[in-house]
Amino acid sequence: MQAAILEGGFGDAPIDAARAFRQIMTATAQPGTINKVAGAQPPKPLSIAAGVVLLTMCDPETPVFLTPAFDTDDVRAWITFHTSAPITTAKNAAFAVGAWDDLPLHDFSIGTSEFPDRSATLIVETAHLSTTGATLCGPGIKDMATLSLPDVAAFQNNALLFPLGLDFIFTCQSELAALPRTTKVS
Amino acid sequence: MSDYNFAYLDEQTKRMIRRAILKGLAIPGYQVPFASREMPMPYGWGTGGVQVSAAVLTPEDTFKVIDQGADDTTNAVSIRRFFEKTADVAVTEATGEASVIQTRHRIPEQDLREDQILVYQVPIPEPLRFLEPSEVETRKMHALEEYGLMHVKLYEDISQHGAIATSYAYPVKVEGRYVMDPSPIPKFDNPKLNMAGIQLFGAGREQRIYAVPPYTDVVSLDFEDYPFEASKADHACDLCGSTDSYLDELIVDDAGGRMFMCSDTDYCCSRRKAGHIGAQGVPYAEDAA
Amino acid sequence: MYVAVKGGEKAIDNAHAWLAEERRGDTSVAELSVAQIREQLALAVNRVMAEGSLYDPDLAALAIKQSRGDLIEAIFLIRAYRTTLPRFGGSESVDTEKMACDRRVSATFKDAPGGQVLGPTFDYTHRLLDFKLAADGEAPQVQTADTPTGETPHIMSFLDRENLIQDEPAGPETPDDLTRAPLELPASRALRLQSLTRGDEGFILGMAYSTQRGYARNHAFVAELRIGAVPVEMDIPELGFAVDIGEVTLTECETVNQFQGSKTEPPQFTRGYGLVFGMTERKAISMALVDRALRWKELGEDNVGAPAQDEEFVLYHADNIQATGFLEHIKLPHYVDFQSELELIRKLRREAQAMQEAAE
Repeated sequence: MQAAILEGGFGDAPIDAARAFRQIMTATAQPGTINKVAGAQPPKPLSIAAGVVLLTMCDPETPVFLTPAFDTDDVRAWITFHTSAPITTAKNAAFAVGAWDDLPLHDFSIGTSEFPDRSATLIVETAHLSTTGATLCGPGIKDMATLSLPDVAAFQNNALLFPLGLDFIFTCQSELAALPRTTKVS
Repeated sequence: MSDYNFAYLDEQTKRMIRRAILKGLAIPGYQVPFASREMPMPYGWGTGGVQVSAAVLTPEDTFKVIDQGADDTTNAVSIRRFFEKTADVAVTEATGEASVIQTRHRIPEQDLREDQILVYQVPIPEPLRFLEPSEVETRKMHALEEYGLMHVKLYEDISQHGAIATSYAYPVKVEGRYVMDPSPIPKFDNPKLNMAGIQLFGAGREQRIYAVPPYTDVVSLDFEDYPFEASKADHACDLCGSTDSYLDELIVDDAGGRMFMCSDTDYCCSRRKAGHIGAQGVPYAEDAA
Repeated sequence: MYVAVKGGEKAIDNAHAWLAEERRGDTSVAELSVAQIREQLALAVNRVMAEGSLYDPDLAALAIKQSRGDLIEAIFLIRAYRTTLPRFGGSESVDTEKMACDRRVSATFKDAPGGQVLGPTFDYTHRLLDFKLAADGEAPQVQTADTPTGETPHIMSFLDRENLIQDEPAGPETPDDLTRAPLELPASRALRLQSLTRGDEGFILGMAYSTQRGYARNHAFVAELRIGAVPVEMDIPELGFAVDIGEVTLTECETVNQFQGSKTEPPQFTRGYGLVFGMTERKAISMALVDRALRWKELGEDNVGAPAQDEEFVLYHADNIQATGFLEHIKLPHYVDFQSELELIRKLRREAQAMQEAAE
C-alpha cells in the first residue's frame, strides 16, 4: 500500500500541472467540451482525470470532501501525500469527489452574495461521458452544446442560484468536462 | 533565471491563481480576490496579467504581448522577455499564431479564436471605484446589484456634455449581472469583448482576477436615447489605409502636422504585407529599424 | 513617407547597460562592498529588512548596493526575492521579555526594574555636521558594560497588575497572513499590524503625526521602547520540541493611551503596539500610534472621520511597493487612452460650438 501511495503523482509537477490546468480551464470556459488529461495514477476508485484535477487544484488551503465510496485509506493517504489537502466534511469542502448519487448537494457551500467564489467545486466521477444528452447554453457556448449529464433538474436549480451556486467537473477515466453555475440545462 | 520555477511562480501560488481563474470563469464579471504576489516587475506594470499568464502558460504555447496594441513597446518587450526566460515559451508578434496574448489597453483587431486566450493587465478592476472609494461599500453594491450610482454618473455626463464622457475603461454589464471594468481599453474595443476566445483579467496590486468566457453576453452601459457608440479617429491609417482599425495620432513636425496609424502594429503590418498602402505609406519591405 | 518606429528591445538593453555604469559611478573611487553597507549603513539596511519583510542584513545590503541607495527600490528587490522562497513553517511567537536590550526607555516612569538604557541613540546628539568624519571615520574605543542577563519585564506589566490597562484578548493560534491571503475588510488586528510593520515609514509617520495634531488624537505616552536581539524558536515536529534557529533584532514600542471609557469599556488606559525588524524606532513609535487610532471601533470610541482611523485608507495606501508601482506606471505609454480622450474632447467641443452658433 505504501508504495502505491507514494507513486502516481505528477512526474514533472510544474509542467504536468500547467498542461492539466489548461484542459480544466478550457473545459470550464467551454461547457460541453470534453478534454483529455494525463499525469496522475491515483489509487482506485479515483479515475485518472479526478486524480489530475486533485493534483492540479488542491493543496493545504483546499479542504477536500470524499463520499464514502471514495473515502478509502488509500485515497486519503494518496491525496494527503501528494497535495497535503485536509480531508473534511461536505460543508467545509472547497473540492469534493464522488459519484453523482452520493454527493450531498445541499451540504456544500454555494458562496455568499459578497463572495460567490467561496463555493465548492464538485468532481463528479461518472462511468460515461459523451457529448450527447442534455442541452446546454450560456457563457462559453456559441449556440448550444450537449453533454451527458446525470441529472437535469439539479443543474437547473443550481443555475437559479446564480451568482451563487456550485460548479461541477465530470470525470471519466482520463477525460473531463465541466459545468459551471452559469450553464442553463434543458 | 533558470533557478526559478517554470513560469517563475511557485506551484502553490499558481494553484491559488488557477482556482481564482476557474471561479472567475464560473461567475463572469465578478472580481475574485486572490493573494497577489510581489513580482519582479512593479505593481501597476502588469503584475496581475503576468501572474495570470504564469498560471495558464504551458511549454507548448506561443505567447504574444502587446501594450497600446504594439508588440514593440518597452513594457511589452520586458514582459515577453520575462516569459521567454522563465517559461521557455515560443513568442510571436502575429496575432493569429499566438495561443496566449497578454495585453495592456487594447484588444487585437483580428478576431480571436476559441483556442486563444487573451490576458488583460488591469490597473483598477473596480468599475465603481471612482464613484465610491470604499471597497467595503462597492462589494456591497455588487452583491445587491446596486448599480444606480453608475447610471446616475453616466446620465450626469449626458446632461452636462450631451454625451457620455467616458472614452476608455468604459463599463460593461456581463451576462446581465455584474458591472465590470474592461480595463482601460478604448471604448472602440468594447464590442470585441463579445468574442470566441477566453478573456482573463488580472489586477495584481488590487488583488483581483476576473474572467469572461467565450460567447458571453457583454453589454456596454448606455441609455435608449443615448446608445453606446464605439468611436475612433475619423481617418484611415496613413500606413496601410485601413478604415476600420483603431488609430494612433502622431505629431510629425514642429508645425503640428499629424498622421494617423493603426495602434495594432501586427494588424497594420499584415495589411501592408498583403499590399495595402496608406496615404503616407510605402510598399511593405522588412523595415530596417 | 513614414516608417514605423521600432527598437524597444534595443532601447531596453542600452538602458540597462547605462544603469549598470551609473550604479558603479566613478571607477577611480573604491567600490562599496556589501559588508561595508551592512556595517556602516545599518539603519538603511534595517529599513529595507522591515519594509521588505525579510530579515537578512546581507541581502538587504546587496539590495541597497544594487538600487544605488534608492531604499524603496531596494525594498522592492527584497520583496520580489522573498516571494520566491519556499515556506518551511512558522516560528513560535518571539518573546520580547527575553530581549537582550541595547536600548530601553520609558517615558511614563522615572525608573523601573531593568532601568532606563539609552543605548546607541541619536537623541541627544547635537545635529552638527561632523567634518572629522569626512577625513577619518575611525570610531573611538568605548567602554563596554556587562550585558544584562535574564528577562527585562515590560513596563506595561506593572500597569497590568493594577488592572489600569486594558486587557488584550488572545489572538488566534495562527493569525491571518497578509502575504498569503488577499486583504479583506474589516481586517483583524493581526492583519493591521502586519500591514503597518511593512508599511512605508514615511506614510506611517505622517499618519501617526496627524493623530498627534488632532486628527483622532489619542494622547499617547511611550510606556516603553526597547531595542535588542530576541531568540527565534521553531517547533520541529520530528523532535517534539522547539529549537533556537537564530535571533533577530527588533524594535518594540508600547504606548499607553488615555481613555475615558466608553459605552462598553470602563475608564482605563489602552495601548498601541509597534514591532518592527531592526533598529527602527521612528517606525515602531509611529506604528503604535496608528495601531491605537485604528482601534476606535473595538474600544467603542467615536469615528471622528480622521484619516488615521480609516482602516481602508491606511491599509490600502501604506505599502510603498504597491504605491510606487502604480504611481510610476503613469509614465508608461497611455497614448491609446489619450487618443480616445482627444476624440471625445474634439467631439464635445464641436457640438458645443454648433449649439452656440445655432443660438446666435
